[in-house]
Amino acid sequence: MIFSTTPSQTVGPFFAIGMPWDAGPCAVTDGAPGAITISGTVYDGAGEPVPDSLIETWQADPEGRFADLHGYGGASELAGFRGFARFGQEDGDGVYEIVTVKPGPLPGVDGATQAPHIDVSLFARGMLHRVVTRIYFADEPDANAADPVLARVPAERRATLLAEPTDGGYRFDIHLQGPDETVFFDV
Amino acid sequence: MTVSEERQIYTPLGETPTSYVREPEGAQPPLDFPPYKSTSLRHPTQPLVYLPQMITEVTGPQLGPALLGEGDSDLTTQHEGMPIGERIIVYGRVFDTEGKPLRDTLVEIWQANAAGRYRHKWDRWPAELDPNFTGAGRCLTDGEGRYSFTTIKPGPYPWGNHHNAWRPAHIHFSLLGRAFTQRLVTQMYFPADPLFEFDPIFNSVRDPGGRERMISRFSIHESVPNWALAYEFDIYLRGPGATPFEAAL
Ligand SMILES: [Fe+3]
Repeated sequence: MIFSTTPSQTVGPFFAIGMPWDAGPCAVTDGAPGAITISGTVYDGAGEPVPDSLIETWQADPEGRFADLHGYGGASELAGFRGFARFGQEDGDGVYEIVTVKPGPLPGVDGATQAPHIDVSLFARGMLHRVVTRIYFADEPDANAADPVLARVPAERRATLLAEPTDGGYRFDIHLQGPDETVFFDV
Repeated sequence: MTVSEERQIYTPLGETPTSYVREPEGAQPPLDFPPYKSTSLRHPTQPLVYLPQMITEVTGPQLGPALLGEGDSDLTTQHEGMPIGERIIVYGRVFDTEGKPLRDTLVEIWQANAAGRYRHKWDRWPAELDPNFTGAGRCLTDGEGRYSFTTIKPGPYPWGNHHNAWRPAHIHFSLLGRAFTQRLVTQMYFPADPLFEFDPIFNSVRDPGGRERMISRFSIHESVPNWALAYEFDIYLRGPGATPFEAAL
């Protein structure tokens, strides 16, 4: 027998009661070698920063290994690597920040190699279901050019998925609508 | 690399699927739903791009017992006194759509108190805060996918979406599942709430069966005499797909 899924509902405005935990926005332990910050602003359709949103990220370590339940490819050996970060703000300025390490390349299907990327879920009041995007890195032009997922994205929109290098990390803004609307994925 | 070579590299250790079924059209609420006004500036307008499920999508965070504190699953004992309201037990199991229980997966909840007030600076509606109630809980499912919380039945509360708008009583649920693809945030409702027909968030799920799946069932059998009524809420996350990593379409 096949069951139907339980539907999604909005995370609502009050998720900050239940969702934060210590070290939530850190995918690695504090001071881990190679740690970087990725930050950016979430904008709504009016171009205003979204003051109440929850961002989660999930990624491999620099060796392409995960800190997950399944052990695909062997678990990450990077001490303190969680690979998962959660940043919530309830009445912020729309700016999020996570601390992590830059992921390595990963296998795709049929011989393809995926460029380094981070999967992102975005939740907010006013969003009945999460939206999913991917952070790629603007300083990986060759890997990005060969990436099988970026290849599916209309060329003129690919830049919305590229995090730009900054001091100590990268900047990745998310636009829910507008001329720079971020590419969101059906996963 | 062919699919078979990939399987050699990425040998699943558990009984974990390597892709997850895609949900049929309409299974999830639309991101653009005008009766819920805040969706208007917060939904993508461009079509979603198909993302083949590969290694990042079929893995997921392992957040184990270290994250949990003592008493995290009993929201009535987190303060010195007993919170006001109707003590209830909310329990159930987490399954995938093949009916396989999902063990060791994190379940997080948050909710208003008995008066419908959240312990949150943005909640300004004039209902009493309860010094003995925070409204947050978490637990891991056991080997058979079971979870259980002891809490207080939350009250309905007004919101600004439209004239005389009230949310039906609900508990917010967050589930990590075992893969990025299974991630779910939802709300659990109580049986026969008279506010259902007026609530755009509940009704954003267009399929009546889908709305039904968000409503808990009262259970006299799990209710504890002279202590608490019980509500059962089973949660279904996406199950295995047909292929070991989805081929590029
Ligand atoms: Fe709520």
